[in-house]
Amino acid sequence: MERVPLERKVLNENDRIAAELRNRFQEHGILCLNLISSPGSGKTSLLERTLEALPRQDRVAVLTGDIQTENDANRLKRFHFPVKQITTGGTCHLDARMIERHLADWRLEDLDLLLIENVGNLVCPSSYDLGEAAKVVVLSVTEGEDKPLKYPSIFFKSDLLVLNKIDLLPYVPFDVNAAADNARRVHPGMEIVKVSCMTRDGLCEWMQWLDRRRGTHKPLLQETAS
Amino acid sequence: MHEMGIANSVLEAVRTEMGLHPGTYPCKVGVRIGELAAIDQDALRFCFEAIIRETDLESLELGIEVCPRRHRCQVCAYDFVVRDYDSRCPRCSGLESTCLGGDELELAYLEVEEYGASTAGTKSTQ
Repeated sequence: MERVPLERKVLNENDRIAAELRNRFQEHGILCLNLISSPGSGKTSLLERTLEALPRQDRVAVLTGDIQTENDANRLKRFHFPVKQITTGGTCHLDARMIERHLADWRLEDLDLLLIENVGNLVCPSSYDLGEAAKVVVLSVTEGEDKPLKYPSIFFKSDLLVLNKIDLLPYVPFDVNAAADNARRVHPGMEIVKVSCMTRDGLCEWMQWLDRRRGTHKPLLQETAS
Repeated sequence: MHEMGIANSVLEAVRTEMGLHPGTYPCKVGVRIGELAAIDQDALRFCFEAIIRETDLESLELGIEVCPRRHRCQVCAYDFVVRDYDSRCPRCSGLESTCLGGDELELAYLEVEEYGASTAGTKSTQ
C-alpha cells in the first residue's frame, strides 16, 4: 500500500477559473461583487435600488442567478444596464464556469462594476469562488437574528452584511443588536449596513460602501467623482 | 446541498491521479474539511457512496479529516482553536485575531495498492 500526497483543493478547477476571472477583472479595473442570501431576503430589490441610484452612464453590469425563470433579469433590465440571467436548471449555487460563460459576449473594457446575484441559498454559494473582490451577504429582519450562527461560513467569508427590510422592525421580534453581535462573533469587525429597499432608508450608506470599494479598486474614479 | 458536486470533484481528482500510477488501483482517498467549509460530512459520504456504486471504484474508501477553525492573536501571536465562535484570545483576551484555517476543502492523499497484492476486498481486474 502506498500513500500519495495530493495537497490540492477539491474545487481546483473552479478555483482555477475563478483566479483567471479575478485577474481579468483586475486588469480591467472591474469591481466584482457576489451577493448571497437566503431566498427572499431582497437581493434583487437591493440591486433594483442600486441600479436606480447609479448614473445612466455608469459602466455597470449584472449577472443574476436562479434555478429557473428570467424573472429577476426582467425586473433589472428596466434600468438600462446590461443584465443577464443565469438559470442553473437545478444547481443550488453559481460556479466560476457559469460566470465565465455568461461574460463571454460582454466587453470587459466597457465595465467597471459587475454585480453578481447568486442563487438564493446561504450554504452552497459560500464554497464557490466566482472571482469576486468581495462577497456581500444580505439578511432580512423577517429571518432569525441567529442566522449568522446557523450559517457561519457565509458570514465569515462576506465583507459586508446588508440587513434588509428594516421598515418591518416594528412588526417583527427581531433584535438588530443581537444580529450584529452574532455576525461579529462569527466575523469580528464585520461591516454592517441597515437598509430598507421599500422606504429607501439606509440605502445611501450602502451606496457609500459601494463607492468606497469602487474607489479603492480604481483610484482614478474616486478622484474624478469628488 | 452541493455535496454531490463535491463528491464528483473528489472522484474526478482520483481518476486523474490514477493516470500517474499505472499497475495500481485506489483504496482510499483522504479529504480535509474545515468546519467553516459548509460541507455536511454525512451528506458527502452518502453522495460519494452513491456515485461509486457499481463502478470500477466501488471499493474506494473516503477518509474525512475535520479541521477546526484556528486563529492567531494579533496582540500576543498565540495560536488557538476557536470554539463557539468566540475568537477572543484565550491567553491575553485580545480581540483582534487572524484566521489560520478552518475553511479547508482539500484533497489530502490517495492510497493506492498494486494489482495482485494480497488485500481483502481487492479487485483483480479493472
